Amino acid sequence: MLTMDAWQYIQGEVAPALLKGFWMSLGLIIPSAFFGLLIGIAVGVLRIYGPPFAKALANAYASLFRGIPLVVQLFIWYFGLPYIKVYLSPFTASVLGFSLCSGAYHSEYVRGALLSIKRGQMLAAQSLGFSTARAIFSIILPQALRRAIPGCGNELIYLIKYSSLAYMITCIELTGQAKIVASNSFKYTETFLIVGACYLAMTSVASLILARIEVHLRIPGFEHRRT
Amino acid sequence: METPILRIENLSKRYGERDVLKEASLEVKKGDLKILIGPSGAGKSTLLQCINFLVRPDEGRVWLNGREVRWAHKRDLCAYRQKVGMIFQDFNLFDHLNALENVRIGLVRVRWMGKAESRERAVMELERVGLKEHMEKYPAQLSGGQKQRVSIARALAMDPEVMLLDEPTSALDPELIGEVHAVIRDLGNRGMTMIMATHQIGFASSLASEIIFMEEGRIVEQGPPTKILRDARNARTREFCSKITELYGETC
Repeated sequence: MLTMDAWQYIQGEVAPALLKGFWMSLGLIIPSAFFGLLIGIAVGVLRIYGPPFAKALANAYASLFRGIPLVVQLFIWYFGLPYIKVYLSPFTASVLGFSLCSGAYHSEYVRGALLSIKRGQMLAAQSLGFSTARAIFSIILPQALRRAIPGCGNELIYLIKYSSLAYMITCIELTGQAKIVASNSFKYTETFLIVGACYLAMTSVASLILARIEVHLRIPGFEHRRT
Repeated sequence: METPILRIENLSKRYGERDVLKEASLEVKKGDLKILIGPSGAGKSTLLQCINFLVRPDEGRVWLNGREVRWAHKRDLCAYRQKVGMIFQDFNLFDHLNALENVRIGLVRVRWMGKAESRERAVMELERVGLKEHMEKYPAQLSGGQKQRVSIARALAMDPEVMLLDEPTSALDPELIGEVHAVIRDLGNRGMTMIMATHQIGFASSLASEIIFMEEGRIVEQGPPTKILRDARNARTREFCSKITELYGETC
């Protein structure tokens, strides 16, 4: 049972702090999701259709950024770059770290989707006079990206949750605020239950939006039959 | 002497040790319909795909209207491919576009035609193959025969001078073959130059100006249908022709 005291405490101290953190989290997630997806599409395309050198580079990028723990990557961007006289704000370093990491994962989903498109689609486009690049953008990607939605959506959900690592490089978002609030009151369980609910709310909204997009982009005749 | 519309010389392609196409040479005059026959793996598809460089030949040269195709130049290659329409055995319609958009997309993205003009042209081509009322349907909602007719409309929209047809009815139910044959026959009557690989020998011989028999990557024999079907020089040609006449000769 919540006592009056506890309720006042939540209203007066916890809620404002968490709300501030929540906005910061959103501020991290939205640009990271956008840039991450762009990077992922570009890298995914290069990994399949790129010239040998670009292909090798894109593959190396993907294995590097998928292979190193995200916290380590964030530390490198924030604490490491100053060694070469590059100073990033905690926010910028976080968005950079998230975008690059997310891009590496997205590229794998995009790559898989590109591989699933039958070769005939490319041949047909080329036979009409499409250059390879134009065929990729006009014919292959519109189909592949539809197939990549479940995977890329998965990555977005992950991103929402791993944005909670930003506080490790002093970008105080939802989790960071929660830590501060909790260490003042020692009410760790209560605070983090609220935080957990906030993340669940964000991922639920994201899933809903993704489901809408998927339905909206569905190709007639390809509906999954639910009988 | 009339210059052939399409001339190929010594096209060869090998995968590893295997010659899938060996020194194929061919001349096609305007309005010709050449039929490629031969067993599976004879190189018919490879020959057709080498002609518009969807498969890059290891050797050989191609001329269109007396001008050699510089296929290593991207721009020239794309321009050339617009002039050479290709019909595939499994249609290869763009799955994410409806019939109208399938026909329109080449006009818009390759020839930079305007919205209204490209639409008008696409509708006209679909009407010609009898699919105007199905133009809003997506490939997955069309029958095989309808898909193949859309793909013919799509190729025709680019104003090709030559059409390459790679077993256009092989993936179709027997009942649907007729509608595609009717479209191809109509094309022939309007003077379209075509090279078609097919097993439908009855249909083919009624239209063909020449039949070409291929085996093991080589052009073994070519000549007028009556000659190839009844009186081939080569024993293997005779054997093959009698087999497919028995199998497919009735269907027209």
